Amino acid sequence: MEEPVITVDGVVKRFGRDVRALDGLSLTIPAGVIYGLLGPNGAGKTTLIRILATLLPADAGVVRVAGFDVRRDAEAVRARIGLAGQYAAIDNHLTGRENTEMVGRLYGLSRRDARTRTATVLERIGLIDVADRRVKTYSGGMRRRIDLAACLVGRPQVLFLDEPTTGVDPASRRELWELIRDLVGGGTTVVLTTQYLEEADHLAHRIAVINRGRLGSEGTTQQLKDRTGGAVLELSIPDTQHAAAIESLRHVTAVPASYDRQRGALVLPATDGVATLREALRALDTAAITPTDVGLHKPSLDDVFLTLTGADHTVGPGRPFAAVADTGAHEGSETS
Amino acid sequence: MSIIAVTPRRLSRALTHTAVLTRRNLLANLRLPDVLLLSTIQPVTFMLMFLYVFGGAIESALPPVAQGAYINWLIPGILAQSAVFGAGPTAYGLNNDRATGVIDRFRSLPMARSAVLAGRTLADLTRSTAILLLQLGVGVALGFRWQANVFGLAAGVAVALAFGYACSWIMATLGLAVRNTEAIQAAVYLVVFPFTLVSSVFLPTRTMPGWLQTFAENQPITIVANALRGLMLGQGALVPGQTVTGQTMLAIAWTAAILAVFAPLSVRVYRRSVS
Repeated sequence: MEEPVITVDGVVKRFGRDVRALDGLSLTIPAGVIYGLLGPNGAGKTTLIRILATLLPADAGVVRVAGFDVRRDAEAVRARIGLAGQYAAIDNHLTGRENTEMVGRLYGLSRRDARTRTATVLERIGLIDVADRRVKTYSGGMRRRIDLAACLVGRPQVLFLDEPTTGVDPASRRELWELIRDLVGGGTTVVLTTQYLEEADHLAHRIAVINRGRLGSEGTTQQLKDRTGGAVLELSIPDTQHAAAIESLRHVTAVPASYDRQRGALVLPATDGVATLREALRALDTAAITPTDVGLHKPSLDDVFLTLTGADHTVGPGRPFAAVADTGAHEGSETS
Repeated sequence: MSIIAVTPRRLSRALTHTAVLTRRNLLANLRLPDVLLLSTIQPVTFMLMFLYVFGGAIESALPPVAQGAYINWLIPGILAQSAVFGAGPTAYGLNNDRATGVIDRFRSLPMARSAVLAGRTLADLTRSTAILLLQLGVGVALGFRWQANVFGLAAGVAVALAFGYACSWIMATLGLAVRNTEAIQAAVYLVVFPFTLVSSVFLPTRTMPGWLQTFAENQPITIVANALRGLMLGQGALVPGQTVTGQTMLAIAWTAAILAVFAPLSVRVYRRSVS
């Protein structure tokens, strides 16, 4: 198996006496993927990014990035990474091209190399036409892109993006996603933090859910969803036929169907996905019941997120996750 | 923590990065015309204010070397003051770079550690040089006559700028250590105002109360102002017991001492600073 590009082993980071931002976190990130760090505010995502990017020393544990220890070989790590923080760290009074060339020079490129590399990157990122305008005239989305360009000019093996689309309008967000996906096609490993489940869902190949400085869960988005309990089948059926419908569905699944007031439909766990759907419809047909609407849903990453970061663990497919969210995250419930 | 040997390659990298960042910081000055204009008008206005508000009242108290003209006393003092004021933006600039995440980016790059601070202080030194020369020009136009030769004048400006540069490293430390942008403004004024006011910059110190006089006569800005007056006006500008060489040496010693303490200190603070 290929060696992971990032290894985090038992990392602890304290701030002051009481705050343990990271509390013995371990994870490994394979090369060439988009890796999402997902978690609520204060979970420790940004702290982890800062440790990975050599900005903060860990209090305990070992961190290796691109084959080097972030502590002992910080210089070597820095030569192989790019960091785009929560704010676009670019100069308003410089043009897009000047900003990018400057970072290129700081990555150690010669003046000539910085110039040609900048042109390539700006072309690729779609900003070549506005390259000679000052950044202060750019839109929020353009600023983020030029910030990315500045990272890419150094050809990083690993790119750290801390909330890359926060404060960006939906259209620009999609453009940024497209761009980030392209990068991975070029062999770069991208590690990004996000609070947007949608973003992690669309973008990340693998996700680590971080909560209170610990690893809540880790895997591909599909694995995480499966872990929360498979798909859900929703059947809208006239009220008068509920009892008969539940009766006729008795043999379709192990768990009986139930009425969900929130969704206004009968719900049952679709353990076998479409096969369960087909069987359920056949059973209803036999009982001469016609549903007005049918839906087969994967649990959303929202569901996963709520389940893994402090919401009730007993949530099953029959109960709406929204209702769980309404009752608030249960303080003190064990999550890790 | 590893100690890294200074090799020619590392040194050349540090110089390149410093040049890149000095240019960046200077462009920020040049491309913001309002800031450029105000930051040059302000010191000149201050100079004129002191000249015409204080001038008449003070002329009789001046040593003969000033030839009864306050401007001859004021200009060397004001150059010393401006050099110190010119260090303030070092604090604001670095503070802003940290707040906007620029320092995070720089620290994540394979850069020479000293370059961010050197680039900032050198850009501020360049700007101070321009402002001091402008003040000197306006001063000459208004009647400032230096009594020594041109080398004395040039040496005076150099001593002021060197001292201002050393102060930039104090400001760099402040700018990175104090997190709040408004607090940093207050912190800079807290340091700069008492030191420039309680000095010989505007007035001879002998009219101050005894305890204040002791402080005023021995603090570095007075010594720099004395050195400038000695270099520009000659021995007659100094009180008995002081020599031009002595005051100049003392001013250089202060400059070196401040650099020796605050350059390493600010690098240390920089390495730990995270926005």
